[in-house]
Amino acid sequence: MEIDTVLWSRLVTGLTLTFHVIFATVGVSVPLMIAIAEFVGIRKKDPHYILMAKRWTRGFIISVAVGVVTGTAIAMQLALVWPNFMKLAGNVVALPLFMEVFAFFFEAIFLGIYLYTWDRFRNPYLHWLLTIPIVAGAGMSAFFITTVNGFMNQPGGFMLEAGHFAAVNPIAAMLNTATPSKVFHVLTSAYLTGAALLAGIAAYTMLRKGATAYYKKSLKLMMGAMLVFGLLTTIAGDVSAKFLAEHQPEKLAAAEWHFETESGADLIFLGWLNAEREVIGALHLPKALSFLAFGNFNAEVKGLNEFPPDEHPPLLVHYLFDFMVSIGFVLLAVSVLYFLFVLWKKRNEYNRWLLGAIAACAPLAFLGVELGWFYAEVGRQPWIIRGYMRVEEAATSSPNVMPLFFVFLLLYIVLGVLCAVVLRRLFRNNPAEAEYERYMQSRNEQQPEAGERT
Amino acid sequence: MISYELIGITVLWLFLYGYLIVASIDFGAGFFAYYARLTKQDHLINRLISRYLSPVWEITNVFFVFFLVGIIGFFPDTAYYYGSSLLVPGSIAVILLAIRGSFYAFENYGSKESIVYLFLYGATGLLIPASLSVALTLSEGGFITEQSGVVSLAYLKLFTSPLSWSIVVLAIVSVLFISGSFLTFYASRAADQSALKLLRNYALFWSTPTIIAALTAFIYLSQHNERHFQNMMDLWWLLALSVGFFMLALWLLYSGRRYGLAFICVMLQFFCAFFAYGIGHYPYILDPFITIQEGATQESMGIALVIAFIGGLCLLIPSLVLVFKLFLFDADYVKGKK
Repeated sequence: MEIDTVLWSRLVTGLTLTFHVIFATVGVSVPLMIAIAEFVGIRKKDPHYILMAKRWTRGFIISVAVGVVTGTAIAMQLALVWPNFMKLAGNVVALPLFMEVFAFFFEAIFLGIYLYTWDRFRNPYLHWLLTIPIVAGAGMSAFFITTVNGFMNQPGGFMLEAGHFAAVNPIAAMLNTATPSKVFHVLTSAYLTGAALLAGIAAYTMLRKGATAYYKKSLKLMMGAMLVFGLLTTIAGDVSAKFLAEHQPEKLAAAEWHFETESGADLIFLGWLNAEREVIGALHLPKALSFLAFGNFNAEVKGLNEFPPDEHPPLLVHYLFDFMVSIGFVLLAVSVLYFLFVLWKKRNEYNRWLLGAIAACAPLAFLGVELGWFYAEVGRQPWIIRGYMRVEEAATSSPNVMPLFFVFLLLYIVLGVLCAVVLRRLFRNNPAEAEYERYMQSRNEQQPEAGERT
Repeated sequence: MISYELIGITVLWLFLYGYLIVASIDFGAGFFAYYARLTKQDHLINRLISRYLSPVWEITNVFFVFFLVGIIGFFPDTAYYYGSSLLVPGSIAVILLAIRGSFYAFENYGSKESIVYLFLYGATGLLIPASLSVALTLSEGGFITEQSGVVSLAYLKLFTSPLSWSIVVLAIVSVLFISGSFLTFYASRAADQSALKLLRNYALFWSTPTIIAALTAFIYLSQHNERHFQNMMDLWWLLALSVGFFMLALWLLYSGRRYGLAFICVMLQFFCAFFAYGIGHYPYILDPFITIQEGATQESMGIALVIAFIGGLCLLIPSLVLVFKLFLFDADYVKGKK
């Protein structure tokens, strides 16, 4: 197959974003978990939780480094790979892009302070307060960048005059109709993923080395977060589906292989298509799609055949959608199961099978995030700005895009491997219990000295 | 009332200047750390360098992204011309920045010291300013061609141009000079005599090439872009001020006192030169394709950006002051007691 520069451009951007989204998700969610752990630790005067916050922060900073550099890469690639897109859309989306950097700046400053002031304040809450700008900055940057993506799906806040955007209203473009559901879904699923990651690490360690007080507390705290954000993500997913049905019916129809407009439409799970585009071997949930889309089992759902063939998204997105949704429910089910075990005294919540399932949730959650983004982005094809600019009009004309794909691929492999190696080295020979011992010892030694200082 | 596009370009120029200073400190420190290791003097300065750089490395990077996003926001045409022509050099800069940023964090928070890492840290410190300075060269015009809607970069012309090489040399030696004079100041705050002595030598050593490279670049500019050169000559007083600050900084460094003032002089020296260069460039952003007036974004967006900018500064300036208070002017922290 001949691959042209447009496809190479898409591959370069897809590659960078696929890699970045892992670290971006960690970057948005883990600060909240750190803030929760430190707060609980100060509140309960339990050094285990303080140590938890410290250890998470140490791992977090490594992933932030990769997140920062891949984020810089995207900022530059937007202009380098999609110059025509930025020339046109830059007039409308510059504000949220700019504010995203502000939010990130803010986060970066306080992260630096947080990291180097663990023992500098006498009142522990003062140090904890530093997490607020970090969590807020991370959330705000997710918000702003998601509004840009929302704009690409639901462009608004401008008039089109002779191929140029005129009468631009930056706020209206930012608060486009896609923004609320997208931001809600992005934030809840990121927090869910962060919780699943940290719970998974605790469960995995307990499986290998047995349950200790530190990991039991860590697991319980994060399973709680997983339950809360699992529920919120389910709601967010439902809101998003209803949004799609109303505003981007072709995306939902492609995800559901829903070709003919009909009332009381079935929800189709998995299966495959034959040459005549008939669905085979799928699980049909009668009328569930109508309910998912409009909250009414007999509502009419628009089919893909209503749209011109050259505006159909690839039908592959069906699988992306199905797996994303399944993963969401698996994560929720595992966290519910955990708390059922906790409540039901006869059962042991540190059961090997359950711990194994929790450990598996961590990679699954990241897979879910990736699949969700693939679905959102591939489902928007062939548009880069839906209804206004097609992808092939936006790409660079430079033939050098192809070698760059491989250079960046190599770079991300090196970064990914090094990141994993460094993280392993950080924690492998420094188990939480040993660090706890040292930590308590140094605290006891410091106590009289701290009293002297004014 | 000044037009919003002028406010925009002024703000962006200020940010680029900010990046020039903080990034130079960072890039130069990388080279000094590597060089000190080669000459077996690393024990003197490495701790000092990492103590300053660890809390601020992320901030340095954000300065850059800020400028990048800002210029595309205010002047979307820059994305089209620079984006199309800089695909390769820009991507190289991204990769170098990625290597540097991540390796820096890996080293600082994770792995053990290794000479390979230190080499990469030092080498990228010189290669990044070189690759970024290409954008400045391009802005002078004559290196970008546009034929039937396809923008491309005349590589051969770029690589054989004495102007582009003189700008590259200027970028590298300035980095070393700025970094050397800042670290001298930082060492004197830490009352670290041996580091102070070494870094002061570095700063003094790199001062001469800096001024020579500046003159050379200036001469080649006069041959390449007459208009820009003439504009700068009209701003002769700014250039004279710049040279004056340079002499003052050199004298202070040489006589070995008031290092803080010396570093401020270096900052002012570059401030004057940088603004003389920038103002002389007016009204072009990219000669001859983009002018400040025609390339600017919609008025409503421009005003929104200026408002967002002011709001953002109200958040940023107090936070930056806090960082400086905690890490730069807290004598106990600098000395390593905290």
